[in-house]
Amino acid sequence: MRSAHATELSSSSRINRHMGFSWKTYLKRYWTLYLLLLLPVAFFIIFRYTPMTYILLAFKKNNILLPPWKVEWVKNNGFDWFIKAFKDRGFQTSLRNTIFLNLLDLIIGMPMPILMAILLNELAFPKYKRITQTVLYLPHFLSWVIISSITLRLFATNDGIINKLLGTQIPFVGTEGNWRATYIFLGIWKECGWNTIIYLAALTAISPELYEAAEVDGAGRWRKIWHVTLPGIRPTIVVLLIMNLGHILGSEFDRPFTLSNKLVEGASKTISIFVYERGVMGQQYALSTAVGLFQSVVCVIFLLLSNSLAKKFGERGIW
Amino acid sequence: MSVANKTISNKKLHDGMIKSKKTRVGDWTIAIVCFFLMLLCLLPMLHVLACSLSSADALVRNEVFIWPKGWNIEAYRTVLTTEKYVRSLGWTAILTVGCTLLSITLTICAAYPLTYTNLKGGRFINFIILFTMYFSAGTIPSYLLLSKMNMLNTPYALIFPNCISVFNVIIMRSFFYGVPDSLREAAEIDGAGPIRVLIRVYLPLSLPVIATLSLFYAVGRWNGFSDALMYLKTADSEKFWPIQLLLYNVIKNSTQTSEQAAQEGFFANGVSKTIQMATVMFATVPILLVYPWLQRYFVTGVTIGAVKG
Repeated sequence: MRSAHATELSSSSRINRHMGFSWKTYLKRYWTLYLLLLLPVAFFIIFRYTPMTYILLAFKKNNILLPPWKVEWVKNNGFDWFIKAFKDRGFQTSLRNTIFLNLLDLIIGMPMPILMAILLNELAFPKYKRITQTVLYLPHFLSWVIISSITLRLFATNDGIINKLLGTQIPFVGTEGNWRATYIFLGIWKECGWNTIIYLAALTAISPELYEAAEVDGAGRWRKIWHVTLPGIRPTIVVLLIMNLGHILGSEFDRPFTLSNKLVEGASKTISIFVYERGVMGQQYALSTAVGLFQSVVCVIFLLLSNSLAKKFGERGIW
Repeated sequence: MSVANKTISNKKLHDGMIKSKKTRVGDWTIAIVCFFLMLLCLLPMLHVLACSLSSADALVRNEVFIWPKGWNIEAYRTVLTTEKYVRSLGWTAILTVGCTLLSITLTICAAYPLTYTNLKGGRFINFIILFTMYFSAGTIPSYLLLSKMNMLNTPYALIFPNCISVFNVIIMRSFFYGVPDSLREAAEIDGAGPIRVLIRVYLPLSLPVIATLSLFYAVGRWNGFSDALMYLKTADSEKFWPIQLLLYNVIKNSTQTSEQAAQEGFFANGVSKTIQMATVMFATVPILLVYPWLQRYFVTGVTIGAVKG
């Protein structure tokens, strides 16, 4: 990819040198490219940048009849909604839940695809490996609505098939602790197979000679995994770790929303659900815009921080 | 992919020569572990399939595991004759096809010009596209915008707000970068303009990535739930409910009524359970039929996206 860049740069400079640069010939040649860009750029301006003007609402009175720049500022230098949010019980709970669930996902969920990729890599039968991969990718293509509707049946306390098989009456989704465990488990179930793709790709880049050399040195399966496979995918692990750390305050909506039930609201309400309930349903637009802004800003800061941290430790990072 | 295969076969050849008994036992252990992992992924779906094909009684008595009891296809017949379900499934199918076509076209339109590194303003456009991946205004500002544009409670709210994914633009652009420059130059020497180069050179070579991204967009739309939940709130927008939102509401209502029923000492309604499971099948099978055929391609797509993203 680098080389493609380079040749293109040189070819373009060649054109410039020979013909000299004039806007007329340039536009005559390339105006169609701008035509192609017209609709996508319009999309980004309308649906991604225009909403940013509504961010002002986070610092203003809750009035959506006027355009946001005409609305009065709120007190506390405009930060009143943020202060109110942090004093709000509901927001405190959802902030705590978001961080807690994301941390669990990071600590328990992130190593799983790595282990599974190593396992698949050690699988000695190529055809069987292909089939395994196809099957493991399946859950990724199910929506959370589907998964929650299946879960409700399988994990039900009284008549769920799992409790029946175990001969127990465990409320898998009925208490807050159990619900968290189920939430994490289902997240792993859905995305673990899919997330192996990227590790497997990194694994194919490891030279087979390294394995051969290790074998000559008398390394067994475990030593090869430890000394060849794991170092080979370390950069990939770091990049994904950065991305995940960046999203520590980000929150999915579908997953907690569809899996939640009345009994476990104290554990399942995340920031995204808070914003939905207060903003979309409760029409407290200014408050929920403030919460959303807080979330976006923290996400960016975390991404920058973890990226520079990775670079400090001598890894490549994502930029 | 060919590299991957070579690696595997090399390794196999090598292992074959000095494979000890211990290694072979290890190989089989791993194969068995993988088998159980596969079961873990498949059993829930098989259970749903079995439930949808069982009699309502068997479901109430909780006898169904992965083999149907009291075979019948009544549930499927009911779903296919209930106007609500048929309309929602049909609408979701049309929506998915339409959105995928729109999205993939716009993605190509965004990605292709950016591969011209000498494009004036290209860097700026690149920046304004990538920026939205790291910072977004949030749920409520988007909601307010749609409300100002009178798009709420219309099908447009499901089509336009998320019709381009930056991530997919990056994948497409990276793939375009991989097309050899000599091909473009050859076409340019023959007098082809950028559009002709796109149609004659780039698109035919990019079918794998187009298939992959179409799959991503189609799955996203078919499985899309939260936008419909937030944007289609009035009673007369119910006719635009995609299948996921319909399913969510059906199941939510049925658990509520079954809770009430349980409190009042009745059994939960078994008939509706089989119908729910049949609906789940309808909502998943289209995707499950497609994705295995595109596996080779989306593996490449995900890899490019991860490296560049």
